[in-house]
Amino acid sequence: MFSRLNSARVALRHLFASPEERIGIAVLATALLFVGVNAAAAHQYKIGAIEIGHPWSRATPPGAKVAGGYLTLTNDGDTADKLVSATAEIAGRAEIHQMSVEDGVMKMRQVEGGLDIPAHGSVTLDPNGFHLMLLDLKGPLVQGTKMHGSLTFEKAGTVEVDFAVDAIGANPKPMKHDGGDAMPGMKMDH
Amino acid sequence: MAGRTRLALMALAAVVALGVSGVIGYQLTHGGAPSAPRYAVGGPIDLTAEDGRRFTNADLGGKPFAVFFGFTRCPNVCPTTLSDLTLDLEQLGPLADKLKVLFVSVDPERDTPETLKDYLSAFDPRITGLSGTPAEIASLAKAYRVFYEKVPTEGGDYTMNHTATVYLMDGKGALASTISLEEDQPTRVAKLKQLAENG
Repeated sequence: MFSRLNSARVALRHLFASPEERIGIAVLATALLFVGVNAAAAHQYKIGAIEIGHPWSRATPPGAKVAGGYLTLTNDGDTADKLVSATAEIAGRAEIHQMSVEDGVMKMRQVEGGLDIPAHGSVTLDPNGFHLMLLDLKGPLVQGTKMHGSLTFEKAGTVEVDFAVDAIGANPKPMKHDGGDAMPGMKMDH
Repeated sequence: MAGRTRLALMALAAVVALGVSGVIGYQLTHGGAPSAPRYAVGGPIDLTAEDGRRFTNADLGGKPFAVFFGFTRCPNVCPTTLSDLTLDLEQLGPLADKLKVLFVSVDPERDTPETLKDYLSAFDPRITGLSGTPAEIASLAKAYRVFYEKVPTEGGDYTMNHTATVYLMDGKGALASTISLEEDQPTRVAKLKQLAENG
């Protein structure tokens, strides 16, 4: 009995022989945890030639009447398409807006006639440029939950999507995937 | 002859230009230092705080302060700035108590004190929300050279364009520095730290 327990202990010690190995295992376990989280957080949809990358939003402060909707649209097709409208269950209505900062002034304008998605091109909606403006919120957006909605394209049609709700101030400033301007749509004066 | 005249005119123009730039330069470095600078940013505050009470400069207690103009129906810039300031105050630690942070609504018709109180409860409690009558807001915005305007949207609704700069004011109410939207956290914290330390 004791010897069996002992041999199990020895086997365990053998597995995690040195502190370095233990640290290594801890790091690996942590890394695996993040892989899991990312896989759950990053999601995408496809309709026709349009790929919708990770629709997300931000938690809203109490009493907030508006929120933003963000995502990346990629057009694999040979013809341009347009995002013409969007809905979100929690919002009375949704509009497509563009935010820009000019000489320190934040300017907001409604994108008329839909948002162009060029053939073999992509467009990002984020807190610093184009975004979905969700109005007349019926309730708060809570971090860690999902918000159901839909996107309608001129050619590709309508697709239902879930927006992942991130933190209030979440901002994709360090953009990794395109390597370009960290904040598209924003005038940078340095 | 014509060439000579042109040359003389050019020389004269150069002398005049030098003279003018010299005067401007002198005024900038020497002349413009009376007690009230001509292009000052800032002015007396007399608004309604989120708790419904009047809020004036006396409530600042001589402390330096950061002031930002925005509105609660703002999906991007305002929550980003308020969230950034919340993180910055946390970073500052005890130094944060040496300054005040004000959020002034440029949409006073919809942002009542109660609206501001609810909205700001998601951020650092040291951020004070201020509203007032449209005239009171206009007067303070003018003093801070803050631009804001209504932008009509569908169905008779509107959103706002507004200056997104955070003004850092010293204990005397004079402009010490600014924070713009694209500045990163270390820069913001360094500026706020300097403001808190300098008083």
